[in-house]
Amino acid sequence: MRNMWAIAKKELKIYFSSPTAYIVISLFLLLAGFMYYVIISNFSLLSLRAGNNPYFSSHLSLNQSVYIPFFSNAAVVLLLLLPILTMRLFAEEKRQRTEELLFTLPLTNTQIIIGKYIAAVVVLTVMLVATAPYVFYPFFITKPELAPVLTGYLGLFLLGASFISFGLFASSLTENQIVAAVFSFAILLLLWLIYWLTYVTSSMGGFLRFISFFGHFDNLSKGVVDTADLAYYVSFTLVGLFLTYAVLEVRRWWR
Amino acid sequence: MIRAENLTKYYGTVRAVEDLTMEVFDGTILGFLGPNGAGKTTTMRMLTGYTTPTKGRAIIEGLDIQKEPLRAKRLIGYLPEIPPLYPELKVSSFLNFVAEVKGLHGKRKKQEVERVISQAGLEKVALRRIRNLSKGYRQRVGIAQALLGDPKVLILDEPTIGLDPKEIVEIRSLIKSLGGERTVILSTHILQEVTSVCDSIAIINEGRLIEFGKIEEVQQKYGSASLEEIYISAISRGGEA
Repeated sequence: MRNMWAIAKKELKIYFSSPTAYIVISLFLLLAGFMYYVIISNFSLLSLRAGNNPYFSSHLSLNQSVYIPFFSNAAVVLLLLLPILTMRLFAEEKRQRTEELLFTLPLTNTQIIIGKYIAAVVVLTVMLVATAPYVFYPFFITKPELAPVLTGYLGLFLLGASFISFGLFASSLTENQIVAAVFSFAILLLLWLIYWLTYVTSSMGGFLRFISFFGHFDNLSKGVVDTADLAYYVSFTLVGLFLTYAVLEVRRWWR
Repeated sequence: MIRAENLTKYYGTVRAVEDLTMEVFDGTILGFLGPNGAGKTTTMRMLTGYTTPTKGRAIIEGLDIQKEPLRAKRLIGYLPEIPPLYPELKVSSFLNFVAEVKGLHGKRKKQEVERVISQAGLEKVALRRIRNLSKGYRQRVGIAQALLGDPKVLILDEPTIGLDPKEIVEIRSLIKSLGGERTVILSTHILQEVTSVCDSIAIINEGRLIEFGKIEEVQQKYGSASLEEIYISAISRGGEA
Protein backbone atom coordinates (compact mmCIF):
# COMPACT_ATOMS: atom_id res chain seq x y z
CA MET A 1 0.00 0.00 0.00
CA ARG A 2 2.68 2.45 1.09
CA ASN A 3 4.79 1.58 -1.93
CA MET A 4 1.90 2.24 -4.30
CA TRP A 5 1.38 5.58 -2.68
CA ALA A 6 5.10 6.38 -2.93
CA ILE A 7 4.94 5.72 -6.68
CA ALA A 8 1.73 7.74 -7.05
CA LYS A 9 3.27 10.65 -5.14
CA LYS A 10 6.36 10.56 -7.33
CA GLU A 11 4.27 10.59 -10.50
CA LEU A 12 2.13 13.44 -9.22
CA LYS A 13 5.23 15.45 -8.36
CA ILE A 14 6.54 14.91 -11.88
CA TYR A 15 3.15 15.80 -13.39
CA PHE A 16 2.99 19.06 -11.49
CA SER A 17 6.64 20.04 -11.85
CA SER A 18 6.49 19.68 -15.64
CA PRO A 19 3.96 21.38 -17.91
CA THR A 20 2.07 18.12 -18.64
CA ALA A 21 -0.58 18.25 -15.92
CA TYR A 22 -1.12 22.00 -16.25
CA ILE A 23 -1.51 21.80 -20.01
CA VAL A 24 -3.89 18.84 -19.92
CA ILE A 25 -6.00 20.34 -17.11
CA SER A 26 -6.20 23.83 -18.61
CA LEU A 27 -6.93 22.60 -22.14
CA PHE A 28 -9.66 20.40 -20.73
CA LEU A 29 -11.16 23.34 -18.86
CA LEU A 30 -10.88 25.56 -21.93
CA LEU A 31 -12.58 23.07 -24.27
CA ALA A 32 -15.21 21.88 -21.80
CA GLY A 33 -15.92 25.46 -20.73
CA PHE A 34 -16.30 26.57 -24.32
CA MET A 35 -18.72 23.75 -25.06
CA TYR A 36 -20.68 24.45 -21.90
CA TYR A 37 -20.88 28.13 -22.75
CA VAL A 38 -22.23 27.50 -26.26
CA ILE A 39 -24.71 24.88 -25.05
CA ILE A 40 -26.08 26.95 -22.20
CA SER A 41 -26.22 30.17 -24.25
CA ASN A 42 -28.19 28.33 -26.86
CA PHE A 43 -30.49 27.02 -24.15
CA SER A 44 -31.11 30.49 -22.72
CA LEU A 45 -31.99 31.81 -26.20
CA LEU A 46 -34.38 28.91 -26.56
CA SER A 47 -36.02 29.64 -23.19
CA LEU A 48 -36.39 33.30 -24.12
CA ARG A 49 -38.20 32.39 -27.31
CA ALA A 50 -40.34 29.85 -25.49
CA GLY A 51 -41.40 32.47 -22.94
CA ASN A 52 -44.73 33.19 -24.66
CA ASN A 53 -45.44 29.56 -25.48
CA PRO A 54 -46.40 27.72 -22.25
CA TYR A 55 -46.52 24.28 -23.95
CA PHE A 56 -43.03 24.63 -25.38
CA SER A 57 -41.54 26.11 -22.21
CA SER A 58 -42.96 23.32 -20.04
CA HIS A 59 -41.01 20.88 -22.22
CA LEU A 60 -37.71 22.67 -21.87
CA SER A 61 -35.38 20.79 -19.59
CA LEU A 62 -31.95 21.88 -18.47
CA ASN A 63 -30.99 18.24 -17.96
CA GLN A 64 -32.05 17.24 -21.48
CA SER A 65 -30.73 20.24 -23.36
CA VAL A 66 -27.62 21.18 -21.39
CA TYR A 67 -26.23 18.44 -19.19
CA ILE A 68 -26.58 15.46 -21.52
CA PRO A 69 -24.89 17.17 -24.48
CA PHE A 70 -22.29 18.72 -22.18
CA PHE A 71 -21.27 15.38 -20.67
CA SER A 72 -20.99 13.64 -24.02
CA ASN A 73 -18.89 16.49 -25.39
CA ALA A 74 -16.67 16.47 -22.31
CA ALA A 75 -16.21 12.72 -22.81
CA VAL A 76 -14.80 13.36 -26.27
CA VAL A 77 -12.40 15.92 -24.83
CA LEU A 78 -11.22 13.31 -22.32
CA LEU A 79 -10.63 10.92 -25.20
CA LEU A 80 -8.41 13.55 -26.81
CA LEU A 81 -6.46 14.61 -23.74
CA LEU A 82 -6.03 11.60 -21.45
CA PRO A 83 -3.61 9.83 -23.82
CA ILE A 84 -1.38 12.91 -23.42
CA LEU A 85 -1.53 12.46 -19.67
CA THR A 86 -0.72 8.75 -19.68
CA MET A 87 1.86 8.65 -22.49
CA ARG A 88 4.87 9.33 -20.29
CA LEU A 89 4.09 6.91 -17.46
CA PHE A 90 6.17 3.97 -18.69
CA ALA A 91 7.65 5.27 -21.93
CA GLU A 92 9.62 7.98 -20.16
CA GLU A 93 10.96 5.55 -17.52
CA LYS A 94 12.36 3.54 -20.38
CA ARG A 95 13.79 6.49 -22.29
CA GLN A 96 15.39 8.04 -19.20
CA ARG A 97 16.62 4.60 -18.08
CA THR A 98 14.98 5.12 -14.70
CA GLU A 99 13.23 1.78 -15.07
CA GLU A 100 16.53 0.23 -14.09
CA LEU A 101 15.98 1.83 -10.69
CA LEU A 102 12.27 1.09 -10.58
CA PHE A 103 12.73 -2.60 -11.33
CA THR A 104 15.63 -3.09 -8.90
CA LEU A 105 13.90 -1.42 -5.95
CA PRO A 106 11.86 -3.69 -3.67
CA LEU A 107 8.63 -3.13 -5.63
CA THR A 108 6.23 -5.50 -7.34
CA ASN A 109 4.99 -4.81 -10.85
CA THR A 110 1.47 -4.53 -9.46
CA GLN A 111 2.54 -1.78 -7.05
CA ILE A 112 4.23 0.12 -9.86
CA ILE A 113 1.23 -0.16 -12.19
CA ILE A 114 -1.40 0.74 -9.59
CA GLY A 115 0.71 3.63 -8.26
CA LYS A 116 1.01 5.16 -11.72
CA TYR A 117 -2.66 4.52 -12.41
CA ILE A 118 -3.67 6.29 -9.18
CA ALA A 119 -1.57 9.33 -10.08
CA ALA A 120 -3.30 9.77 -13.44
CA VAL A 121 -6.72 9.19 -11.86
CA VAL A 122 -5.96 11.96 -9.33
CA VAL A 123 -5.25 14.36 -12.20
CA LEU A 124 -8.49 13.25 -13.89
CA THR A 125 -10.38 13.97 -10.66
CA VAL A 126 -8.87 17.45 -10.48
CA MET A 127 -9.99 18.06 -14.07
CA LEU A 128 -13.55 16.99 -13.37
CA VAL A 129 -13.89 18.79 -10.04
CA ALA A 130 -12.64 22.00 -11.65
CA THR A 131 -15.68 22.04 -13.96
CA ALA A 132 -18.07 21.86 -10.99
CA PRO A 133 -18.39 25.64 -10.39
CA TYR A 134 -20.00 26.33 -13.74
CA VAL A 135 -21.77 23.02 -14.09
CA PHE A 136 -23.53 23.51 -10.75
CA TYR A 137 -24.08 27.23 -11.18
CA PRO A 138 -27.59 26.82 -12.72
CA PHE A 139 -28.63 25.11 -9.48
CA PHE A 140 -28.57 28.55 -7.82
CA ILE A 141 -31.04 29.95 -10.36
CA THR A 142 -33.36 27.11 -11.12
CA LYS A 143 -34.06 23.52 -10.14
CA PRO A 144 -32.62 20.97 -12.54
CA GLU A 145 -32.53 17.34 -11.46
CA LEU A 146 -29.41 16.65 -9.43
CA ALA A 147 -29.15 12.87 -9.84
CA PRO A 148 -28.48 12.83 -13.62
CA VAL A 149 -25.74 15.43 -13.17
CA LEU A 150 -24.03 13.31 -10.52
CA THR A 151 -24.31 10.15 -12.61
CA GLY A 152 -22.98 12.15 -15.55
CA TYR A 153 -19.89 12.95 -13.53
CA LEU A 154 -19.66 9.32 -12.44
CA GLY A 155 -19.81 8.37 -16.11
CA LEU A 156 -17.04 10.80 -17.03
CA PHE A 157 -14.92 9.51 -14.17
CA LEU A 158 -15.35 5.84 -15.05
CA LEU A 159 -14.80 6.55 -18.72
CA GLY A 160 -11.66 8.55 -17.94
CA ALA A 161 -10.37 5.85 -15.60
CA SER A 162 -10.78 3.27 -18.38
CA PHE A 163 -8.97 5.53 -20.83
CA ILE A 164 -6.13 5.87 -18.32
CA SER A 165 -5.77 2.11 -17.85
CA PHE A 166 -5.52 1.69 -21.60
CA GLY A 167 -3.13 4.63 -21.94
CA LEU A 168 -0.92 3.00 -19.31
CA PHE A 169 -0.84 -0.17 -21.41
CA ALA A 170 0.05 1.81 -24.54
CA SER A 171 2.84 3.55 -22.65
CA SER A 172 4.29 0.24 -21.48
CA LEU A 173 4.73 -0.87 -25.09
CA THR A 174 7.17 1.78 -26.26
CA GLU A 175 9.80 4.23 -25.15
CA ASN A 176 8.39 6.90 -27.46
CA GLN A 177 5.76 9.04 -25.78
CA ILE A 178 4.23 10.17 -29.07
CA VAL A 179 3.79 6.60 -30.22
CA ALA A 180 2.13 5.77 -26.89
CA ALA A 181 -0.27 8.73 -27.15
CA VAL A 182 -1.21 8.12 -30.77
CA PHE A 183 -1.67 4.41 -30.21
CA SER A 184 -3.93 4.82 -27.20
CA PHE A 185 -5.89 7.62 -28.87
CA ALA A 186 -6.50 5.58 -32.03
CA ILE A 187 -7.54 2.42 -30.21
CA LEU A 188 -9.82 4.29 -27.81
CA LEU A 189 -11.46 6.12 -30.71
CA LEU A 190 -11.97 2.84 -32.49
CA LEU A 191 -13.55 1.32 -29.37
CA TRP A 192 -15.77 4.35 -29.08
CA LEU A 193 -16.99 4.19 -32.67
CA ILE A 194 -17.11 0.44 -33.10
CA TYR A 195 -20.90 0.52 -32.69
CA TRP A 196 -21.02 2.17 -36.15
CA LEU A 197 -20.62 -1.35 -37.51
CA THR A 198 -24.17 -2.02 -36.38
CA TYR A 199 -25.33 0.30 -39.18
CA VAL A 200 -23.88 -1.97 -41.82
CA THR A 201 -24.16 -5.43 -40.27
CA SER A 202 -26.98 -7.03 -38.39
CA SER A 203 -24.95 -9.79 -36.79
CA MET A 204 -23.14 -9.18 -33.51
CA GLY A 205 -25.07 -5.96 -33.01
CA GLY A 206 -25.54 -6.58 -29.32
CA PHE A 207 -21.92 -7.52 -28.84
CA LEU A 208 -20.60 -4.48 -30.73
CA ARG A 209 -22.83 -2.19 -28.75
CA PHE A 210 -21.60 -3.83 -25.59
CA ILE A 211 -17.88 -3.38 -26.24
CA SER A 212 -18.29 0.22 -27.45
CA PHE A 213 -17.81 2.98 -24.89
CA PHE A 214 -20.65 4.91 -26.40
CA GLY A 215 -23.80 3.21 -25.18
CA HIS A 216 -22.53 2.69 -21.65
CA PHE A 217 -21.70 6.34 -21.24
CA ASP A 218 -25.01 7.42 -22.77
CA ASN A 219 -26.98 5.67 -20.03
CA LEU A 220 -25.03 7.29 -17.23
CA SER A 221 -25.26 10.79 -18.69
CA LYS A 222 -29.04 10.32 -18.87
CA GLY A 223 -29.12 9.40 -15.20
CA VAL A 224 -29.57 5.66 -15.69
CA VAL A 225 -27.26 3.67 -13.46
CA ASP A 226 -27.12 0.12 -14.76
CA THR A 227 -24.80 -2.35 -13.07
CA ALA A 228 -23.96 -3.70 -16.53
CA ASP A 229 -22.46 -0.31 -17.44
CA LEU A 230 -20.51 -0.07 -14.20
CA ALA A 231 -19.27 -3.62 -14.68
CA TYR A 232 -18.24 -2.70 -18.21
CA TYR A 233 -16.02 0.15 -17.05
CA VAL A 234 -14.53 -1.82 -14.19
CA SER A 235 -13.75 -4.75 -16.49
CA PHE A 236 -12.30 -2.45 -19.12
CA THR A 237 -10.00 -0.90 -16.52
CA LEU A 238 -8.96 -4.30 -15.21
CA VAL A 239 -8.20 -5.52 -18.73
CA GLY A 240 -6.03 -2.43 -19.36
CA LEU A 241 -4.14 -2.92 -16.10
CA PHE A 242 -3.73 -6.63 -16.72
CA LEU A 243 -2.35 -6.05 -20.23
CA THR A 244 0.17 -3.62 -18.74
CA TYR A 245 1.15 -6.24 -16.17
CA ALA A 246 1.59 -8.82 -18.92
CA VAL A 247 3.83 -6.46 -20.90
CA LEU A 248 6.04 -5.79 -17.86
CA GLU A 249 6.34 -9.51 -17.14
CA VAL A 250 7.22 -10.38 -20.71
CA ARG A 251 9.68 -7.51 -21.02
CA ARG A 252 11.59 -8.85 -18.00
CA TRP A 253 12.98 -11.51 -20.31
CA TRP A 254 14.17 -8.99 -22.85
CA ARG A 255 16.24 -6.77 -20.65
CA MET B 1 27.54 -12.01 0.55
CA ILE B 2 26.94 -12.27 -3.18
CA ARG B 3 26.99 -15.58 -4.99
CA ALA B 4 26.73 -15.97 -8.74
CA GLU B 5 26.07 -19.54 -9.84
CA ASN B 6 26.65 -20.31 -13.52
CA LEU B 7 25.12 -16.99 -14.53
CA THR B 8 24.47 -17.01 -18.26
CA LYS B 9 22.74 -14.48 -20.45
CA TYR B 10 22.02 -14.73 -24.14
CA TYR B 11 20.23 -12.05 -26.14
CA GLY B 12 18.88 -14.19 -28.92
CA THR B 13 22.02 -15.94 -30.11
CA VAL B 14 24.34 -13.21 -28.87
CA ARG B 15 26.24 -14.25 -25.78
CA ALA B 16 26.53 -11.55 -23.13
CA VAL B 17 27.65 -13.64 -20.14
CA GLU B 18 28.58 -17.31 -20.08
CA ASP B 19 28.64 -19.54 -17.03
CA LEU B 20 29.90 -16.98 -14.54
CA THR B 21 30.43 -18.33 -11.04
CA MET B 22 31.89 -16.34 -8.18
CA GLU B 23 31.47 -15.76 -4.48
CA VAL B 24 32.03 -12.35 -2.96
CA PHE B 25 32.24 -12.45 0.84
CA ASP B 26 31.16 -9.85 3.39
CA GLY B 27 33.58 -7.01 3.79
CA THR B 28 34.98 -7.44 0.29
CA ILE B 29 35.28 -4.57 -2.15
CA LEU B 30 35.51 -6.22 -5.52
CA GLY B 31 36.77 -4.37 -8.59
CA PHE B 32 35.01 -5.68 -11.66
CA LEU B 33 37.20 -5.22 -14.73
CA GLY B 34 36.91 -5.94 -18.40
CA PRO B 35 36.79 -4.27 -21.80
CA ASN B 36 33.65 -2.51 -22.99
CA GLY B 37 31.03 -5.03 -23.98
CA ALA B 38 32.63 -7.81 -21.92
CA GLY B 39 29.44 -8.36 -19.91
CA LYS B 40 30.10 -6.34 -16.76
CA THR B 41 26.86 -4.39 -16.91
CA THR B 42 24.83 -7.47 -17.83
CA THR B 43 26.33 -9.36 -14.88
CA MET B 44 25.53 -6.52 -12.50
CA ARG B 45 22.02 -6.34 -13.88
CA MET B 46 21.54 -10.05 -13.25
CA LEU B 47 22.85 -9.69 -9.70
CA THR B 48 20.38 -6.87 -8.98
CA GLY B 49 17.44 -8.68 -10.56
CA TYR B 50 16.94 -6.20 -13.39
CA THR B 51 17.88 -8.77 -16.02
CA THR B 52 16.60 -12.32 -15.85
CA PRO B 53 19.44 -14.77 -16.48
CA THR B 54 19.06 -17.30 -19.28
CA LYS B 55 20.61 -19.83 -16.92
CA GLY B 56 22.07 -19.83 -13.42
CA ARG B 57 21.24 -18.00 -10.21
CA ALA B 58 22.20 -14.83 -8.42
CA ILE B 59 22.09 -15.12 -4.63
CA ILE B 60 22.21 -12.12 -2.33
CA GLU B 61 22.75 -12.91 1.36
CA GLY B 62 21.33 -16.39 0.77
CA LEU B 63 18.26 -15.15 -1.14
CA ASP B 64 17.73 -16.03 -4.79
CA ILE B 65 17.00 -12.72 -6.50
CA GLN B 66 14.60 -14.31 -8.97
CA LYS B 67 12.70 -16.39 -6.42
CA GLU B 68 12.52 -13.89 -3.56
CA PRO B 69 12.97 -10.60 -5.39
CA LEU B 70 11.43 -8.31 -2.76
CA ARG B 71 13.46 -9.59 0.18
CA ALA B 72 16.68 -9.75 -1.82
CA LYS B 73 16.25 -6.32 -3.43
CA ARG B 74 15.83 -4.76 -0.01
CA LEU B 75 19.45 -5.68 0.72
CA ILE B 76 20.91 -4.11 -2.42
CA GLY B 77 21.96 -0.59 -3.24
CA TYR B 78 22.45 -0.28 -6.96
CA LEU B 79 23.96 2.45 -9.09
CA PRO B 80 23.34 1.62 -12.78
CA GLU B 81 25.67 2.68 -15.56
CA ILE B 82 23.46 5.66 -16.38
CA PRO B 83 22.34 7.22 -13.08
CA PRO B 84 18.57 6.67 -12.95
CA LEU B 85 17.23 10.11 -12.12
CA TYR B 86 13.96 11.91 -12.69
CA PRO B 87 15.04 15.29 -14.10
CA GLU B 88 11.80 16.98 -13.03
CA LEU B 89 12.26 16.17 -9.34
CA LYS B 90 14.27 18.00 -6.73
CA VAL B 91 17.19 16.07 -5.27
CA SER B 92 15.47 15.82 -1.88
CA SER B 93 12.12 14.64 -3.33
CA PHE B 94 13.92 12.03 -5.39
CA LEU B 95 15.82 10.71 -2.36
CA ASN B 96 12.63 10.75 -0.30
CA PHE B 97 10.89 8.68 -2.96
CA VAL B 98 13.65 6.07 -3.02
CA ALA B 99 13.76 6.01 0.79
CA GLU B 100 10.01 5.37 1.02
CA VAL B 101 10.17 2.54 -1.48
CA LYS B 102 13.06 1.06 0.52
CA GLY B 103 10.70 0.96 3.49
CA LEU B 104 11.92 4.02 5.40
CA HIS B 105 9.27 6.28 6.86
CA GLY B 106 8.88 9.17 9.25
CA LYS B 107 11.90 10.08 11.34
CA ARG B 108 14.10 7.29 9.98
CA LYS B 109 13.46 8.42 6.43
CA LYS B 110 14.45 11.99 7.32
CA GLN B 111 17.63 10.83 9.06
CA GLU B 112 18.63 8.51 6.23
CA VAL B 113 18.05 11.12 3.55
CA GLU B 114 20.08 13.64 5.52
CA ARG B 115 22.84 11.09 6.03
CA VAL B 116 23.23 10.22 2.34
CA ILE B 117 22.99 13.89 1.34
CA SER B 118 25.98 14.65 3.55
CA GLN B 119 27.85 11.46 2.56
CA ALA B 120 27.54 12.26 -1.12
CA GLY B 121 28.17 15.97 -0.54
CA LEU B 122 24.80 17.12 -1.86
CA GLU B 123 23.95 19.74 0.78
CA LYS B 124 24.24 22.64 -1.65
CA VAL B 125 21.97 21.14 -4.29
CA ALA B 126 19.40 19.32 -2.15
CA LEU B 127 16.61 21.67 -3.18
CA ARG B 128 17.60 22.02 -6.82
CA ARG B 129 15.89 20.16 -9.63
CA ILE B 130 17.97 17.25 -10.95
CA ARG B 131 17.53 18.62 -14.49
CA ASN B 132 19.70 21.62 -13.55
CA LEU B 133 22.57 19.65 -12.01
CA SER B 134 26.00 19.09 -13.50
CA LYS B 135 27.06 15.60 -14.57
CA GLY B 136 29.15 15.17 -11.41
CA TYR B 137 26.29 16.08 -9.12
CA ARG B 138 23.93 13.76 -10.99
CA GLN B 139 26.40 10.92 -10.50
CA ARG B 140 26.53 11.76 -6.79
CA VAL B 141 22.72 11.74 -6.52
CA GLY B 142 22.87 8.29 -8.11
CA ILE B 143 25.36 7.16 -5.48
CA ALA B 144 23.29 8.74 -2.69
CA GLN B 145 20.16 6.80 -3.68
CA ALA B 146 22.17 3.56 -3.67
CA LEU B 147 23.36 4.27 -0.12
CA LEU B 148 19.83 4.88 1.22
CA GLY B 149 18.74 2.33 3.79
CA ASP B 150 22.32 1.26 4.48
CA PRO B 151 22.16 -1.84 2.23
CA LYS B 152 24.40 -4.81 2.97
CA VAL B 153 25.28 -5.17 -0.69
CA LEU B 154 26.35 -2.35 -2.97
CA ILE B 155 26.60 -2.77 -6.72
CA LEU B 156 28.07 0.25 -8.43
CA ASP B 157 28.47 0.41 -12.21
CA GLU B 158 31.30 2.85 -12.92
CA PRO B 159 30.65 5.05 -9.90
CA THR B 160 33.31 7.67 -10.59
CA ILE B 161 32.56 8.27 -14.26
CA GLY B 162 31.96 11.93 -15.05
CA LEU B 163 33.39 13.20 -11.80
CA ASP B 164 36.21 15.73 -11.54
CA PRO B 165 39.50 14.66 -9.88
CA LYS B 166 38.54 16.06 -6.48
CA GLU B 167 35.14 14.38 -6.57
CA ILE B 168 36.79 11.12 -7.63
CA VAL B 169 39.02 11.18 -4.55
CA GLU B 170 36.03 11.94 -2.31
CA ILE B 171 33.83 9.21 -3.76
CA ARG B 172 36.67 6.68 -3.62
CA SER B 173 37.26 7.32 0.04
CA LEU B 174 33.51 7.10 0.60
CA ILE B 175 33.37 3.70 -1.12
CA LYS B 176 36.43 2.54 0.80
CA SER B 177 34.76 3.51 4.08
CA LEU B 178 31.72 1.44 3.09
CA GLY B 179 33.65 -1.84 3.20
CA GLY B 180 33.75 -3.49 6.61
CA GLU B 181 30.41 -5.25 7.01
CA ARG B 182 29.19 -4.70 3.49
CA THR B 183 29.86 -6.41 0.21
CA VAL B 184 30.69 -4.01 -2.59
CA ILE B 185 31.09 -4.72 -6.30
CA LEU B 186 32.21 -1.84 -8.47
CA SER B 187 32.97 -1.89 -12.13
CA THR B 188 35.53 0.47 -13.56
CA HIS B 189 38.00 1.07 -16.34
CA ILE B 190 40.43 2.87 -14.08
CA LEU B 191 42.93 0.35 -12.77
CA GLN B 192 44.29 2.86 -10.32
CA GLU B 193 40.85 2.98 -8.74
CA VAL B 194 41.00 -0.75 -8.15
CA THR B 195 44.40 -0.50 -6.44
CA SER B 196 43.27 2.31 -4.19
CA VAL B 197 39.80 1.05 -3.27
CA CYS B 198 39.40 -2.68 -3.82
CA ASP B 199 40.83 -5.74 -2.12
CA SER B 200 39.69 -8.24 -4.75
CA ILE B 201 39.34 -8.25 -8.49
CA ALA B 202 37.35 -10.05 -11.12
CA ILE B 203 38.36 -9.77 -14.76
CA ILE B 204 35.79 -10.63 -17.38
CA ASN B 205 36.18 -10.84 -21.14
CA GLU B 206 33.68 -11.84 -23.82
CA GLY B 207 31.23 -12.91 -21.15
CA ARG B 208 33.61 -15.23 -19.31
CA LEU B 209 35.23 -14.77 -15.93
CA ILE B 210 38.97 -14.94 -16.53
CA GLU B 211 40.53 -14.00 -13.24
CA PHE B 212 39.03 -13.79 -9.78
CA GLY B 213 40.48 -13.43 -6.30
CA LYS B 214 42.25 -11.22 -3.80
CA ILE B 215 44.50 -8.71 -5.51
CA GLU B 216 47.69 -10.01 -3.82
CA GLU B 217 46.86 -13.60 -4.70
CA VAL B 218 46.23 -12.76 -8.33
CA GLN B 219 49.41 -10.70 -8.43
CA GLN B 220 51.41 -13.61 -6.97
CA LYS B 221 50.00 -15.87 -9.65
CA TYR B 222 51.36 -13.53 -12.28
CA GLY B 223 54.71 -13.17 -10.55
CA SER B 224 53.97 -9.87 -8.80
CA ALA B 225 53.13 -8.10 -12.03
CA SER B 226 51.35 -4.78 -12.01
CA LEU B 227 47.60 -4.67 -12.39
CA GLU B 228 47.93 -3.33 -15.93
CA GLU B 229 50.11 -6.22 -17.01
CA ILE B 230 47.74 -8.70 -15.39
CA TYR B 231 44.74 -7.08 -17.06
CA ILE B 232 46.31 -7.05 -20.53
CA SER B 233 47.54 -10.61 -20.28
CA ALA B 234 44.22 -11.86 -18.88
CA ILE B 235 42.24 -10.13 -21.62
CA SER B 236 44.40 -11.44 -24.45
CA ARG B 237 44.35 -14.92 -22.96
CA GLY B 238 40.58 -14.74 -22.60
CA GLY B 239 40.25 -13.66 -26.22
CA GLU B 240 41.91 -16.85 -27.40
CA ALA B 241 39.76 -19.15 -25.29
